[in-house]
Amino acid sequence: MSGWRSLAWTVTAIGLGFAVGGVLVAAFGHDPWLALTMMLSGAFGSSFDFATTLASSIPLALTGLAVALAFQAGLFNIGASGQFWLGAIAATWVGYSLPLPALVHPVVALLAAMLAGALWAAVIPGLAKVHRGAHEVITTLMLTYIAVELGHFLLEKGPMMTPGFNPESPKILESAHLPTLVSGTQLSAGLLLVPLCAGVGWLLLFRTPLGFGLRMTGHNPRAARYAGVSPTAATLLALALSGAFAGLAGGILILGVEHRLHNSFDVSYGFTGIVVALLARNHPIGVIPAALLFGALDNGAQAMQIFAEIPANLTEVIKGSIIFFVAAEGLGRWLFERRTRLEGVGA
Amino acid sequence: MSLLLEPSLWSTTVVLGIPIAYAALAGVLSERAGVVNIALEGKMLVGAFAGVAAAAVTHNPWLGVLAAFVAGAALAALFGWATVYLRADHIIAGMAINLLALGLTGFLFEIVYGPLGTPSNTPTVPIWTVPGLSEIPWFGEVLGRHQALVFLFVPLALAIGWMLFRTPLGLRWRAVGEFPRAADAAGVGVLRLKFGAVLLAGGIAGLGGADVSIGILNAFSPNMTAGRGYIALAAVIFSGWRPGRAFGAALLFGFATALSYQLQGASPFPKNLLLMLPYVVTLLALAGLVGRTSPPAAIGEHYDPGR
Repeated sequence: MSGWRSLAWTVTAIGLGFAVGGVLVAAFGHDPWLALTMMLSGAFGSSFDFATTLASSIPLALTGLAVALAFQAGLFNIGASGQFWLGAIAATWVGYSLPLPALVHPVVALLAAMLAGALWAAVIPGLAKVHRGAHEVITTLMLTYIAVELGHFLLEKGPMMTPGFNPESPKILESAHLPTLVSGTQLSAGLLLVPLCAGVGWLLLFRTPLGFGLRMTGHNPRAARYAGVSPTAATLLALALSGAFAGLAGGILILGVEHRLHNSFDVSYGFTGIVVALLARNHPIGVIPAALLFGALDNGAQAMQIFAEIPANLTEVIKGSIIFFVAAEGLGRWLFERRTRLEGVGA
Repeated sequence: MSLLLEPSLWSTTVVLGIPIAYAALAGVLSERAGVVNIALEGKMLVGAFAGVAAAAVTHNPWLGVLAAFVAGAALAALFGWATVYLRADHIIAGMAINLLALGLTGFLFEIVYGPLGTPSNTPTVPIWTVPGLSEIPWFGEVLGRHQALVFLFVPLALAIGWMLFRTPLGLRWRAVGEFPRAADAAGVGVLRLKFGAVLLAGGIAGLGGADVSIGILNAFSPNMTAGRGYIALAAVIFSGWRPGRAFGAALLFGFATALSYQLQGASPFPKNLLLMLPYVVTLLALAGLVGRTSPPAAIGEHYDPGR
């Protein structure tokens, strides 16, 4: 399936995903229309809500881009959450320990976040894949659990510990803060990096020989090898790029919103990034609308939980259903082809 | 050293290894039929929830176990329909199933039980004492007394090993995973067998979930399987797709977890570094200790009988 049919099926899958959520809500005696209304007004109802939706879509777009880039090279980076954590750790450390001038500081911190994420993805999973054939799904996921424990260790017993009851790092210096775009909201200048990164990802994948090699490795590793693309280099590079974007997402969240690392720092962005990438069909530009959709869903679900008393976990059901239907595009193929056949008969 | 002789370390190894072993056995069954089963995690999670829910309502832990099997198989039916009949990518569909299970169990947990959690009078699977064995010093403490699902795993694994490697059905099963076209030519219903394999695997993974929720504990909490399904998948690869070795690998991960618990009380190591242990062992097992193992040849592929 390609072209408009693929897009049409994606839109259908989104609709079906919401329908599943609606049926579930109705099954427990709640009003699905009320739930949807609450969700929409929570996500887009005011300029504050819209800014918050945009803010939650920043890390989703970047982790989505991370997963999408790896997918293009045939690699499933299920552990973007771990790279995200490493990025957050690195950005926090640079943020509070290096006294740098105002404009330089966030740049250095974000570069450190990208480097940390890239190394976390490329060194162990990359080398284990290349040399031992260890599947990246398991290695990157195990490294996510390890990254979270590492972070907790740094905060509870390690060098990032601060005095007091809460396991949290020192606050980053003012000079490292990313400016807030809409005051009173969590929308930081990190937003501007999203189209930039997506554009760079697109150029790299579709307009450079390097990207061609990566995509070729993803489609047909054997052909890529005959064409002179080293599978080792392609694997390591794809994982490093992927980890760098996931790390950047973590760094932006620290510099723009959290301003310190703490134990309850969210890891779910990396997992939602997978959903974003799958919905975008791994297109670097497509991750932007996909991230907006899921950012709105997450943000709207909070309002739904508060005002309609429907658990916000409903969003996970909707996300899972959407991806299920996207994956089961055979269903769409069957439906569309059937219609085409019928049309053919009619004509 | 004395720590390693501590019977409680080894009995905890068994307790924590068994849920992973159920899921790994499920993984072997489905992957031998050519279906990559990253969805083990989700099936364990729905099994864990259904187990508690049914046991709490009926006050009968065995009905909880049955419900866990049925719930795992039901979710697997969805997974099998997508992967076997609609030719969805196994890993992506599996990821979707895991998300769906995470959301569904979290949603149901909150809407049915709320902040108080599952009922505290939920019965657990009964504890069995093996007469004779339990009286032997040390061994008795390690193996003599466990809840029933621990003991029931062994005959189940033996039966499945026997079925896969000693019966005509097992030969067909493996042929479907290795070379489906040949199996088809020999008259095997490839798609039906794959679907059946996914269903059975789902039920068994559900049992692994029940082992966590009403075997080890008597409660459900959101995302309580905490990655055991993925560790089980690593155990499957580590084992070279063999049930006996998968059991061994599951026990290895159980041991790593048990050791990290035991050391937390006894050593100067920070807790968080010790909690990494099972994940580090999984990484090492995949990347370092074992050489390359070969999966069934047609794993992850789709079979189109009409072509």
